[in-house]
Amino acid sequence: MSTQAGQDAKFFQRGKIQEFRAELQAAEVKDKKFIKRKTVLKKIVANITMGNDMSPLFHDVVPCLGTPLLEIKKMVYLFLVSYGKSKPNEIHLVIPRFLEDCNDRNPLIRALAIRTMSYIPIPVVTEALTEQLRHCLKDRDPYVRKTAAICVAKVYTADPRKAEKAGFVEMLRDLLVDPNATVVSNAVAALTEIGDRTDGVFFKLNLSIANKLLAAIGESSEWGQIYILDSLLRFVPERHSDAEMLAERVLIQLNHANSAVVLTAIKILLYLMNYMDNRRLIEHICKKMGPPLVTLLSSGPEVQYVALRNILLIIQRRPTVLRNDVKVFFCKYNDPIYVKLAKLEIMYRLAREENAKEVLAELQEYASEVDVDFVRKAVRSIGRLAIKVEPAADLCIKALLDLIETKVTYVVQEAVIVIKDIFRRYPGKYEGIIPTLCEHLDALDEPEAKAAMIWIVGQHADRMDNADDLLDDLVYTFLEEPVEVQLALLSASVKLFIYKSKSEKAKELVHRVLKWATEDIDNPDLRDRGFMYWRLLAINPGIAGEVVLAEKPAITTDSDRMDRGALDQLLLHTGTLGSIYHKNPETFIRNAAGRALTDTPALNPNSRAVLVQVARTQLPPTAVNIPGPGPNEPRSRKPEPPLPAKPAPPLPGEDGDAEEGGGGDEEENGDETEAVLRPVAVQGDDPYAGLDQLGALGGAGYSADNPKPKGDEDLLAF
Amino acid sequence: AFFIFNQKGEVLISRLYRTDLKRSIADVFRIQVVSNSDVRSPIITLGSTSFFHVRINNLYIVAVTKCNANAALVFEFCYRFISIAKSYFGKVDEEAIKNNFVLIYELIDEIVDFGYPQNSEIDTLKSYITTESVMSNSIAPEESSKITSQATGAISWRRGDVKYKKNEAFVDVVETVNLSMSAKGTILRADVDGHIQMRAYLTGTPECKFGLNDKLVIDKNDRTGASDAVELDDCRFHQCVRLNEFDASRTISFVPPDGEFELMRYRATSNVKLPLRVLANVNELGTTRVSYDVSVKANFGNKLSATNVVIRIPTPLNTTNVDCKVATGKAKYVPAENVVVWKIPRVQGGQECTFTAMAELTSTTTRQVWARPPIDVDFQVLMFTASGLIVRFLKVFEKSNYHSIKWVRYLTKASGTYQIRVRWSCAFITRYWLTSACCSTDLVLRLVMVYVTLRSYAI
Repeated sequence: MSTQAGQDAKFFQRGKIQEFRAELQAAEVKDKKFIKRKTVLKKIVANITMGNDMSPLFHDVVPCLGTPLLEIKKMVYLFLVSYGKSKPNEIHLVIPRFLEDCNDRNPLIRALAIRTMSYIPIPVVTEALTEQLRHCLKDRDPYVRKTAAICVAKVYTADPRKAEKAGFVEMLRDLLVDPNATVVSNAVAALTEIGDRTDGVFFKLNLSIANKLLAAIGESSEWGQIYILDSLLRFVPERHSDAEMLAERVLIQLNHANSAVVLTAIKILLYLMNYMDNRRLIEHICKKMGPPLVTLLSSGPEVQYVALRNILLIIQRRPTVLRNDVKVFFCKYNDPIYVKLAKLEIMYRLAREENAKEVLAELQEYASEVDVDFVRKAVRSIGRLAIKVEPAADLCIKALLDLIETKVTYVVQEAVIVIKDIFRRYPGKYEGIIPTLCEHLDALDEPEAKAAMIWIVGQHADRMDNADDLLDDLVYTFLEEPVEVQLALLSASVKLFIYKSKSEKAKELVHRVLKWATEDIDNPDLRDRGFMYWRLLAINPGIAGEVVLAEKPAITTDSDRMDRGALDQLLLHTGTLGSIYHKNPETFIRNAAGRALTDTPALNPNSRAVLVQVARTQLPPTAVNIPGPGPNEPRSRKPEPPLPAKPAPPLPGEDGDAEEGGGGDEEENGDETEAVLRPVAVQGDDPYAGLDQLGALGGAGYSADNPKPKGDEDLLAF
Repeated sequence: AFFIFNQKGEVLISRLYRTDLKRSIADVFRIQVVSNSDVRSPIITLGSTSFFHVRINNLYIVAVTKCNANAALVFEFCYRFISIAKSYFGKVDEEAIKNNFVLIYELIDEIVDFGYPQNSEIDTLKSYITTESVMSNSIAPEESSKITSQATGAISWRRGDVKYKKNEAFVDVVETVNLSMSAKGTILRADVDGHIQMRAYLTGTPECKFGLNDKLVIDKNDRTGASDAVELDDCRFHQCVRLNEFDASRTISFVPPDGEFELMRYRATSNVKLPLRVLANVNELGTTRVSYDVSVKANFGNKLSATNVVIRIPTPLNTTNVDCKVATGKAKYVPAENVVVWKIPRVQGGQECTFTAMAELTSTTTRQVWARPPIDVDFQVLMFTASGLIVRFLKVFEKSNYHSIKWVRYLTKASGTYQIRVRWSCAFITRYWLTSACCSTDLVLRLVMVYVTLRSYAI
């Protein structure tokens, strides 16, 4: 086979319809070897590529189908795929040609013909195709059959009821046991596509078909293996043994070179594990999953990214996976930023007492890099580490203080934000550093950081001699501050007054702030809180003190763990877009199929306890409009109604149950050793959740800077 | 849909597989990604539409979908497209794409149907998608059914009619060493990404068996305790390898594709032998000078040697000049990249090379933040494997029972993956700059600048 370079670049020039027409006409005579025709057609295809409308040439191009040159035929077919849809009244001209090709002796041409026809969803064409497709699905050549299988999916998309009436779905089902593995895998792909439609048929596998499909895997192409593996989600195990047997057969696919095969195999294993009882086997599978996941990290950066986002989900559900492998997630200096950010998140998840020191050293290294987002996330992770791993807290605080010394504004601000949380997690332990923080007060210009600092000052006003002076300075710009800072100032000045009720200065300050809040502010939240404080103070300052300085619930890092029911559901989408964004696809893709575990006697009781049903909600036709064009917002503070930024089960009211169930996984199996990793926590009483509503944490908690789909349909309105 | 864009955002290839997308979606990609200087993800989702892209030689290979697509599959397909294009045209750049666009349309019609990747084995594709003009009535039915059975068959990667006068097989074991060493000299991460590349020129349908070290532990979990054993954390095989046989008896048996292919990929993290030991000492002398002391020692037998050793030593952004002294190789300051590049054509096993340099800095106060990149070492060592992996045998069985010659070669290399972080023995430099800036009037300006970059992310 020649690898000679083509010379077609010269055809990439905008051409006029008239010229092409004339050239085609000229090519009808004296065109030896059809060179002229080929040239014009190439020019036309190039113009289609550039987006120039070539459809007026329909009548001139179609006759070229008479040319016995395969290359020309393919170009004309490409023309028809591009413009056939816009020519419903003329397309019948081509049909005889199509039919001729459908009955060609050459299977490649037969397949080409039905493939092309099925790309033109116009009734006349579909009509003609129906009869041909029926033959082709039984063609003796496997290449034609495998093409026909996909054609059924296309025909079904165009008109589901007609395709059903023609009996295509049954014929596809018969192809599931075709002797040729490629045909089987394409039939599976087509059925899966049909089964995923909201108006499609119900596609479910029984054990014997599932076994037959698995047998075909060995002979299918890598893509075919993916389609087959994927379809195993449609097999619902009724007995533990069925799930276990299938899993053992799927396990060997983990050694495949194609990362999509590996991830899809992992998806199936995770799914089947929900139906297993044998702890040893579950442990064995978890052990087996780790190395292939790490190997995915030596693929291209894009696949690494997909793998990392999935690993983040998997390690939350199956904590034994990769438990001791935190080192492989250390960032390389030249990793793309999206890989670095994803790795950082995993490093934090895998951090525990034994490796906290190493992780911290890495995080400190990252905090001196140049990418602002990455640095911020690194600083934030140091703080989270302090909260998560108590024995490492001292070192983390020291690291944060070092970072504050750099005086890089965004580093200082980020550090202040996390230090506030550390104060809450370990009350009375680190207050000694407050003076250091106060030195950097002027550097704080972001609302979140400023509010955090104000909270620190207010909360510890009793131990700071100059608290009143500091607050006095801070309230100077009260009226210009954003609401979250104003709220913080209001609470802080009330606290100050309660601590130092004798101080004239404090009295004057609180009076001033309350007056502003109640008289000059339009925000009802702020105004009402102002009134409330004012009355409390007026009626009984003692009780006001108890209310405002009430003991706060201990802070934990629990809230950034997804609850198990939601995880079980998300993991059914391993490898797909849903797993990248950590959202169920039906919540951000219109008409996407949701998935949920099906309850059977074999379902693990713990999985059953947290079972989440599929919400068959459709996206509203006019999706809610959020930010304008521009870079993906890393730290959006605007509310996003349809897409809760915090992982939440799709059904309202589901939260409480899921939370309780989440506590249940401690008893489950040897494979869940999460109990060790958790700090003492008050289940179901998530202090962060409350803070979120106040906006104190920037609206979306720690997951705010995760990748997310933009719900902006308007950008697509071209 | 599948697109190829050039750097300017012009569409070079556009193929829509589904009716839910229009050609105009290309404009969205151009605006959102090509003309966006701050793209921070290979996947972008707007509404229900998702764009996946892979960049190569200033081209964007793009897949667009409105489904909850399998992201791994999409990227694997893009990679595959690139390797097919490389094999057909030799290189993948704007020129090659434009010169072969008709052929590319043929290819992508063949390898994807309705968004589902189909047979993408290069060898098979080349048997029926060619640059030569084919008369549609000239293909004999037997010929075409041979093609179709290969394209859909159990051994879709090999034609049955391969013939060679001389039967040969070449095995290349290529290992890439990843090293990340902290400034204190502790190894943060050292592992090996290995792959075994095979070029098989064998007649007929040969059955091959492949054997590695005797003491090979492939699954860490069945560790026997032997400390000198070569341990592979994980291995992945070309689709020709029978995975069930590997699972049952750890034998690697397969019918190879014709020509070159990657038989196996593996990863090792234990007992990694680091071929080069790098020690670096960097001292800040006052505010205007930095001294460097770097030594490289070859840590393998003296019969072997490392070749094409390139050591990249980063210098501060405000470096004006670097005075380098080396006994072996050549060292040169490259201002555009802020590094000193020290090239040594050959380092014999056991040899130690040293580098000393003095960098002069300007003393401006408006400096950018510098991330102190690590020292990076590239090299190649022939006939050496960092993991210790050895090919013991390759057996070829074919029904005609011919004699075949097998060759094995080993190569360990690093390119951009062998990194040694540097400790600045004075207070670290970014800090120094910032504190010095604090005393000057430039402070406000500087902080404002940082703030602006920050905001541009947050908009």
